[in-house]
Amino acid sequence: MKLIFEKGNINRRLDLMPECDVPVVDVDERYKRKKEIRLPNVSETEISRHYTKLSKRTFGVNNGFYPLGSCTMKYNPKINDEIAKLPGFSDVHPLQPEHTVQGCLEVYKLAEEYLCEITGMDAMDFQPAAGAHGEFTGLKLIRAYHRDRNDTKRDKIIVPDSAHGTNPASAAMAGFTVINLPSTEEGFVDVDALRKVVGEDTAGFMLTNPNTIGLFEEHILEITSIIHEAGGLNYYDGANLNAIMGIARPGDMGFDVVHLNLHKTFSTPHGGGGPGSGPVGCKMHLTQYLPTPRIAEKDGMLTFEEKNGKSIGRVKDFYGNFLVVVRALTYMMTLGSEGLKNASENAVLNANYMLHMLKDTFDIPFGKGRCMHEFVISLEKLKKEKSVSALDFAKSLLDYEIHPPTMYFPLIVHEALMVEPTETETKETLDEVIAIYKELYDKAYTDPDSMHNSPATTPVGRPDEVAAARNPILRFF
Amino acid sequence: MGTYVPNTTTEQQKMLNAIGLSTMDELFDVIPNDVKLNAPLDIPKGMSEMEVSYKMKKIAGKNKVYDTIFRGCGAYRHYIPAIVKQVTSKEEFITAYTPYQAEISQGILQSIFEYQTMICELTGMQVSNASVYDGSTAAAEAVIMSKDRKRNKALVSASVNPMTIETIRTYIAGTDIEMEIIPEKDGLTDIESLKKMLGDDTACVLIQQPNFYGLLEDGDTIGGIMANTDIKYIMSCNPISLGILKAPAEYGVDIAVGEGQPLGIGLSFGGPYLGFMATTDKLMRRLPGRIVGETRDSKGRRAFVLTLQAREQHIRREKASSNICSNQALCAMTAAVYLAAMGREGLAQAAKLSMSKAHYLAERLCEIDGYELVYKGEFFNEFVTTVNTDADRVLSVLSEHEILGGYPLKGQKHKGHLLWCATEVNTKEEIDTMIQILKDIK
Amino acid sequence: MSKEFLFTKTHEWVQFLDDTTARIGISDYAQSELGDLVFINLPEEGDEVIVGESFADVESVKAVSNVYSPVTGTVKSINKNLLDQPELVNMDAMDAWFVEVEGISDKGDLLSEEEYKKLIAE
Repeated sequence: MKLIFEKGNINRRLDLMPECDVPVVDVDERYKRKKEIRLPNVSETEISRHYTKLSKRTFGVNNGFYPLGSCTMKYNPKINDEIAKLPGFSDVHPLQPEHTVQGCLEVYKLAEEYLCEITGMDAMDFQPAAGAHGEFTGLKLIRAYHRDRNDTKRDKIIVPDSAHGTNPASAAMAGFTVINLPSTEEGFVDVDALRKVVGEDTAGFMLTNPNTIGLFEEHILEITSIIHEAGGLNYYDGANLNAIMGIARPGDMGFDVVHLNLHKTFSTPHGGGGPGSGPVGCKMHLTQYLPTPRIAEKDGMLTFEEKNGKSIGRVKDFYGNFLVVVRALTYMMTLGSEGLKNASENAVLNANYMLHMLKDTFDIPFGKGRCMHEFVISLEKLKKEKSVSALDFAKSLLDYEIHPPTMYFPLIVHEALMVEPTETETKETLDEVIAIYKELYDKAYTDPDSMHNSPATTPVGRPDEVAAARNPILRFF
Repeated sequence: MGTYVPNTTTEQQKMLNAIGLSTMDELFDVIPNDVKLNAPLDIPKGMSEMEVSYKMKKIAGKNKVYDTIFRGCGAYRHYIPAIVKQVTSKEEFITAYTPYQAEISQGILQSIFEYQTMICELTGMQVSNASVYDGSTAAAEAVIMSKDRKRNKALVSASVNPMTIETIRTYIAGTDIEMEIIPEKDGLTDIESLKKMLGDDTACVLIQQPNFYGLLEDGDTIGGIMANTDIKYIMSCNPISLGILKAPAEYGVDIAVGEGQPLGIGLSFGGPYLGFMATTDKLMRRLPGRIVGETRDSKGRRAFVLTLQAREQHIRREKASSNICSNQALCAMTAAVYLAAMGREGLAQAAKLSMSKAHYLAERLCEIDGYELVYKGEFFNEFVTTVNTDADRVLSVLSEHEILGGYPLKGQKHKGHLLWCATEVNTKEEIDTMIQILKDIK
Repeated sequence: MSKEFLFTKTHEWVQFLDDTTARIGISDYAQSELGDLVFINLPEEGDEVIVGESFADVESVKAVSNVYSPVTGTVKSINKNLLDQPELVNMDAMDAWFVEVEGISDKGDLLSEEEYKKLIAE
């Protein structure tokens, strides 16, 4: 398909702005641009058709089943988007006087109340723009806490080897050294190994629970107290919160700080990669280190509090991805106490149903036939016997117009496919997908070549990624 | 209670039975009782869509949407063409995840490739990433990527937006990168001080163009000082201004960053916005974030993929160039549609209109006794003035007239100073009306 | 150069040019396991390398692997061809040296070609 730069005509343009009604001022030669800008010269019709064509080459949750493990691709309710478009939210300047933005601040205040109750935390801050940004912020809180207590030798963050890549990357970015903790054969945190690595240099421990293979860490209280007894803090990666809303809370499991992904659990759309929102919650003993400004209530008015000597400071411009928080609040209000629990229950039910229907066909190495909101299939046997890899299996699914599961994660499972159906899928869809998975499994034995060559029906086949990385072409001109 | 769970209770029961369970609770029997909640969450009951809509509209109604805005300071009200809002509302774009499965994500991937091309065109640089969170985090990431084994000091001009400086400070705390602030003189980076501050350990110099006060920095002289050194020249710029102002590449910049919000993204009380980052071929592998590249499929068809992924957190883990995962993809697409709609001439027109209106606004303000430009340098579409009475009072009178006036600068040396802004959306009539209101304040 | 190749258990090869100078690369088995290499991060000339510590890494499309030094010494030169053409390693791993190290003061447990072949056969 043509790029937008390959369409149009140099003399084509839209008439969008009026003539200048004040004296025209020209830029001094010293600052004047000489370099030409090659932007598209297209009509509105061409733009509309170009992007419509691109949208047809894009697969969203609205197109079909999207069980991307650890990403919680649930349906994105339209009312959320409609509310976010209200001018009262979308056309407000971030530096307006506080008394003119009481509604915006109320959104944050309400969202904080909801999320604190859901997670068992004492405060929630919305400045971080995405999950990884939240991790970075949360880890900075841990650092500030230890430093404030003159406990400066704590420079190590322990991360299980099954963790998301962002965990170690965020820890390193926040100035910590990362200790990788191997998992047990059952896929859990190795409690004995953990005991051995903790010490006076332990700053904290990062964990998602349910963990990345979709299992609840049963020894969670023991794990978090090992860290606490060693003087460290526990960090909860909220990637998998969708399994436990209204059922269990990180705050009750011994976690001191959490980040959430509003674009996962709280139904805000992912936009092809972003924007997300990664609020950070913490217990009382960490609130004084939260980023500035903080939203506070003063004489019945909500305000931004700028000053706080112990704060880690600002982590971005202005305050948070506001319109994402508006969407998440709309969602939480819609579901309410019962609805959120109901969502988690059905997320876990859907995952268990799929797992149950697939477990006699596929190798599902962990969990003994049960899981929380997601489970991991290993195709190691298919790979060995028929050279059909997790990648081949995933690409074959594309021809059935369903999105593949997450591939090759977590790293501790060979030929992994991680399936997270979410609660917004019907039983009919699950049954259809189960049949397709089984059909493909058989095909791996009868016609493996067709799987190696898949997909056959997509606008393009498998791209040559090696060529792309060896000789990067990263722009058109 | 609203819900998005489609399965009926009968279906749910059927599924439970299939698994060999009889109640939902049994799904969670692996969770130890001592961490299980034994009461419902203490939050309000759910609501119907109509009730939620009513409630949220009421909250939105508590905000003031100004008819007229003369405030920028990092967030700008520009005209957003109708096509921009329509195109970016397409459900496929909104609800897709990061394009890991290239074969069914060519639309998103191509749109990012086109965005990268446009950012390269605006900045004159060779490589752009697919976006980061916002202008400040883009600057912080640029500082981090400029560090090498021998150079760990970042020199940041005092005339950079204070929010950017604060963000950089947070990002580098706890690492071995240090930051020093280059003093300002007459609202501009003090070049003599800069020269004295440069050393063998200087990793980068960051300036903003136009700077926080709206003034145009002498980017050429600063670039000349750093030419033929290993010091990275980072410039944070306003993308609209690049329609008429020199491209960062024309100053010899190594890393161009900025806030992409002016490119068709609403004010939105501060977010989501768009951080753009572009650099040279030489620094390509140090650029953080997702990058899309062009390649071919097995049949020779043009295809796009996420590339150079070995830089990223999901592969390099603690050794990654950054932890960024989710970015601002939909905002990047918004900027791309905006730039396609505007075209080269439209962008230049928006820039020229903004600059002309700001100069007209400045001229008219200075007619009023007690209003003077604080800095004499050339400016683009923002500038600082004094006021002839209490600044808060001026602003509240304007607010009563549905006008958001200039931003009251912080700090002792800026007491009573307002940072004004105009863009193409501000008409002569609006400006004249405000001047009259200001003249009438006694 | 007809000097023999010695190997590490972590799949690097080392070829001594004299007592204190050697070239280092990765084995043919390593390159085939890694698949198509797309980039190689090399140290700078003058850098110290230490036995058992990573001095370079190799990138394939979806993975990064460390390359560990079989010796302790100083990098005399790097094979700049690899920076533009990482595929040279896939084409002939035993020819595509990464670095030449001089002033070698220590070396790790090294395997003969025969011993190494046995190791990878296991």
